[in-house]
Amino acid sequence: MSQQPDIDIDYLSRLARIGLSSEEKEAFSGQLVKILEYFEQIRAVDVTGVAPTAHAFPLHNVLRDDVPEAPLTREQALRCAPAHRDGQFVVPKVVEDA
Amino acid sequence: MADELHNATASDLASELAAGRVSSEEVTRAVIARAEAVDERVGAFLHRDAENAVAQARASDLRRRNGETRGPLDGIPVSLKDAIATLDQPMRCASRILENFVSPYDATVTRRLKDAGAVLWGRLNMDEFAMGSSTENSGYRATANPWDLERVPGGSSGGSAAAVAAGETILSLGSDTGGSIRQPAAFCGIVGLKPTYGLVSRYGLAAFASSLDQIGPMARSVEDTAVLLQVIAGHDRYDSTSWNAEVPDYVRALEEEPRRRRIGLPREFFGKGLDGAVRTRVEAVAEAYRENGFEVREVSLPHAAELALPVYYIIATAEASSNLARYDGIRYTRRSEGARDGIDLYFKTRGEFFGAEVKRRIILGTYVLSSGYYDAYYKRAQQVRTVIRREFERVFEEVDLLLTPTTPTPAFPRGDRIEDPLSMYLNDIYTLSVNLAGLPAISVPCGHTETGLPVGAQLIGPSFAEANLLAAAHVYLRDHPHHHERPPLA
Repeated sequence: MSQQPDIDIDYLSRLARIGLSSEEKEAFSGQLVKILEYFEQIRAVDVTGVAPTAHAFPLHNVLRDDVPEAPLTREQALRCAPAHRDGQFVVPKVVEDA
Repeated sequence: MADELHNATASDLASELAAGRVSSEEVTRAVIARAEAVDERVGAFLHRDAENAVAQARASDLRRRNGETRGPLDGIPVSLKDAIATLDQPMRCASRILENFVSPYDATVTRRLKDAGAVLWGRLNMDEFAMGSSTENSGYRATANPWDLERVPGGSSGGSAAAVAAGETILSLGSDTGGSIRQPAAFCGIVGLKPTYGLVSRYGLAAFASSLDQIGPMARSVEDTAVLLQVIAGHDRYDSTSWNAEVPDYVRALEEEPRRRRIGLPREFFGKGLDGAVRTRVEAVAEAYRENGFEVREVSLPHAAELALPVYYIIATAEASSNLARYDGIRYTRRSEGARDGIDLYFKTRGEFFGAEVKRRIILGTYVLSSGYYDAYYKRAQQVRTVIRREFERVFEEVDLLLTPTTPTPAFPRGDRIEDPLSMYLNDIYTLSVNLAGLPAISVPCGHTETGLPVGAQLIGPSFAEANLLAAAHVYLRDHPHHHERPPLA
């Protein structure tokens, strides 16, 4: 991993579902290479047998009673939707005609 | 009361309100008038709803007349960072993608402030989705530093810091993922506290990096910080990472001398890259504690100092790339026109309405989580996070508090670092490790540079030691009242 990191910006854009202009692709690729080179320092630490930390303090299985509460109303849920009709979100067609 | 109403502390105002010498409506109108006079230049607010604030103030005054007042925040204007939900108020996280969003519910902290009778006033500017250190990444406007309008206020809670410093509100809430409360507090000469992870509910805070985010108070004094923390801290069943234990009395803790008085100066936090004026001021703080009978000694935190930045940016961007997947153009965001199909709608919407820094971080987070790189970056960063956490645990066996600069430099000129992400990230070098370890830390003003820019000193404590942290900060500002200085802003 000591060689220059390999950035396939088109692949990353697809994974992240973010459309990027060609200027952005060029700028980000260069910046990400610099940032990833900086990240290489973490390889200097011996982490053999060290457990990863996902949270700052350990919490296990936080449970509460399964009591139903009033959810948002349909009106509230749709209030900020970019498009809705008949109480439902409108989205582009995702299934082809038969 | 020495200060004008808009520049007063919440504690002083609470006494005046209790004595009937001033009304909440007068206080609220004073901050509204101040914002009208200066915010065109400062740019702290994204949204101001004066009528709504005055209505809340009148309700507070009525409660007081009826003997039903609710405590020290009743009638005090408090402003929220635009990432914290308030029912029926806009919440855009300074992003164009949430331009039309109105919160369908209250964040837990908002609910608690309402219950305490606070006057919720306006929505404060920030870096888009809290990604940035200068509030220049806002999708709407940049915020200026009230001490020097050509400089940044810090970020990402830059609006929260600038509004308090400029007298446009009395108290504010920010959120801190890697320094976003403490760094702008330092740049703007106010007090800012990042609580222990889990002390304050994150319910209703727009998620950036869920394992690091905390909401915290920003104020003109340590007393005010304690009063505000008291109201927002405590267990919340809507946040499964919330700490379930009794909250100590932070305000009373200030009445006594701090019990734990051993201060460590981590030598790696005073090394290369630290501005001379900042070093001088923070060393003077150490000297002040020594004179006050604290034991001050050098300690070492090599991994926290050297590796926090890469570890932080790997973990935070990984979490962000997942959290920000929710902004999809379908349910509550804006939507790009002319998409060919469902997938194209995601690409176009997110490409069009996210700002450059947000896109950059999502792409970076996607990279470190992607197949083939996960172990080398994300997993390894989490392991080094453990190393950093243990390093703090060990040092807190030797000392009770750590004293460091909050930032390596004072506020920098606007436009200076926006084109160079790495130089912007380096600004948070002294604050990031605190979030990785989940610790509480406070930034207190400790004087100015020769050119009049505020400098902040950071005190870090062990988990849930906020009472001792606040008491120690209070001792310093009691003897060195830098927090009484106000920016020269007419």
